[in-house]
Amino acid sequence: MSSAALSVSPRSPFAGLLQGTAGPVIVVVAAIIAIWYLAAVMLNTPFQRDIYKRGGVENAPLAQLVADTLSQDRPVLPAPHQVAVELWDTTANKAVTSKRSLIYHSSITLSSTLLGFVLGTGLGIVLAIGVVHSRVLDKSLMPWVISSQTIPILAIAPMIIVVLNAIGISGLLPKAMISTYLSFFPVTVGMVKGLRSPETIQLDLMKTYSASRIQALWKLRLPSAAPYLFASMKVGVAASLVGAIVGELPTGAVAGLGARLLAGSYYGQTVQIWSALILAAVIAASLVALIGLAERIVLKRMGMGQ
Amino acid sequence: MNTAQLPGGPDSLGMGAKLSPVTRLLSTAALVLAVMASMLPLISGEAVFLGLFESPFLAVSALAAVLVLTPYRFRFFHGPAAILALAGVSYGLAFALIALIGRHPGMAGHGFWAYVAVAWAMAWLSVEEMAALSPRNPLLRRLVSLAIPLSFGVWLLILWQVLVVGFAVPKVLLPAPADIWTRLLASPAILWADFRQTFLKGVLVGYAVGCGSGFLVAILVDRVPFLRRGLLPIGNLVSALPIIGVAPIMVMWFGFDWPSKAAVVIIMTFFPMLVNTVTGLAAADRIQHDLMHTYAANYRQTLAKMRLPMAMPFIFNALKINSTLALIGAIVAEFFGTPIVGMGFRISTEVGRMNVDMVWASIAVAALAGSLFYGLVTLVERAVTFWHPSVRG
Repeated sequence: MSSAALSVSPRSPFAGLLQGTAGPVIVVVAAIIAIWYLAAVMLNTPFQRDIYKRGGVENAPLAQLVADTLSQDRPVLPAPHQVAVELWDTTANKAVTSKRSLIYHSSITLSSTLLGFVLGTGLGIVLAIGVVHSRVLDKSLMPWVISSQTIPILAIAPMIIVVLNAIGISGLLPKAMISTYLSFFPVTVGMVKGLRSPETIQLDLMKTYSASRIQALWKLRLPSAAPYLFASMKVGVAASLVGAIVGELPTGAVAGLGARLLAGSYYGQTVQIWSALILAAVIAASLVALIGLAERIVLKRMGMGQ
Repeated sequence: MNTAQLPGGPDSLGMGAKLSPVTRLLSTAALVLAVMASMLPLISGEAVFLGLFESPFLAVSALAAVLVLTPYRFRFFHGPAAILALAGVSYGLAFALIALIGRHPGMAGHGFWAYVAVAWAMAWLSVEEMAALSPRNPLLRRLVSLAIPLSFGVWLLILWQVLVVGFAVPKVLLPAPADIWTRLLASPAILWADFRQTFLKGVLVGYAVGCGSGFLVAILVDRVPFLRRGLLPIGNLVSALPIIGVAPIMVMWFGFDWPSKAAVVIIMTFFPMLVNTVTGLAAADRIQHDLMHTYAANYRQTLAKMRLPMAMPFIFNALKINSTLALIGAIVAEFFGTPIVGMGFRISTEVGRMNVDMVWASIAVAALAGSLFYGLVTLVERAVTFWHPSVRG
């Protein structure tokens, strides 16, 4: 930092923290963690006082009360460090094949998420191509695609699993189908928009080349739909994960993040619930980030990147 | 888009109007199938064996199909009259097929499926013709744009019914629409109680509080640029997270009754509202701000007269997203514990008792409630943002 810079802007050294987005985001995250600790102490205090009363401890000092509320076995709200310790324990300190390893559970959820996402994206693209090329499909299918999402399909997720189990289909596919249902919608809507994004003048050019509809689709419509595809895939993959987790809720499932949530809620293992939840959040965020990365690379190679 | 869809020349209404290749293929196939299938068995069980002519109503409909398809295929017959004839005969055929298979479930022969295909093809052709119409009369145009998706939905139900009964799919796997309808009519009291518990208490309370607080926080955040920069990326991230996972925690904190469901709904609806409102409040242009400035408008006036109205399309977008999220949140939260009433409870327990038609009846109620809720929000949106190009256009 030169003296010239200082003389031009007589701001405090912390001023940089207020600029851009990184600074504010860090501050807000720190505030959330602080509030979390405060809430943990407040929510866990009644139970801790109960323990003291039963243990005959009189007038525990405040410091001890706070320390104890943050280290309960089954707290109402676990403190962040408890969740972090549990996460570390169940990911790094357990064998990957162990039933107690969160890596094992999340790999199961992740595989059905990805299968469902791939199926859903494929279905969405096929539907969108159909809608763009057939007037009948456009007018008859599109309203139903939209209203299909007002149906709380997640509600029948358990039933789909149970029913498919009854006819001998078990494992990944039933869960993946729920993910498919949730993720095809954003892709269809986005791709219809994308496939229609070429301007009339560009379509006219294809016509002067006497390009067939398939050639026009392959050389013009699909490339110009790429940005729309990536945007809708980001929404779709998040929805896919939700579908996979909810698909694991019915009693049949014994593995996966959803099953961890359910088991945690049965046995009051709040730390387990929170660690599964945090891991699910991390997975969702990294999946979205991964697609963002693919988007940047692909669009750059297509000459559309910034 | 392509030549087939471009309005033709002056002859497009006359005899010369050509069928598109797909339509030609479909109508030819339907015609051939309708004639050939009269020789195939309709019902072929172990004890019963029925041909076309043992089922008078079906025979009449099949004859009508041939009589309509032949002139249609060779372009002697087109326009609105053809649409009505094609649609009418296809529904008549479908009705006859459903009635027939209802008497002999699981014994469908090749002829039966052939006539299902013929009926479906005729319905497709009628929709194809209907989609080509562009009536001048706005009422008629509205009617056409409603009839097309409606017939798609009706055909979905018809095919569901015919396939389930024709292949005698066990009720435990997938009940026929008719069974679901019977169950729906037979148990309105239970369904109403579930609806009141889940929708009127959990969903509506949670939706109102979640959207309301998201909106208020957004206005607060908008006032403080620091918060806007810090909260918006986090809000965007949280919108992509599987928030539904907090359901077990909320059930632990707030008990089994509806407040825990409302809490889940509040958390699920808060972030979409926050992010959309903040984005919407930034929608006004520099020049519009300048105009308000020349009017000497203060912060409050600018907010009320310009920025909030400008933000309304974004806010309604969030309201629409939330209307579906809210229902899902409340139902899934009920999987983690409820009193013995509620849609989620009904679904999870009736699945266990293999009462699948009751489950589907519950889902039908949920779907109807979800669609009506969404439709209501859309209606309000059209009234409030009447100035927006997407509504005006």
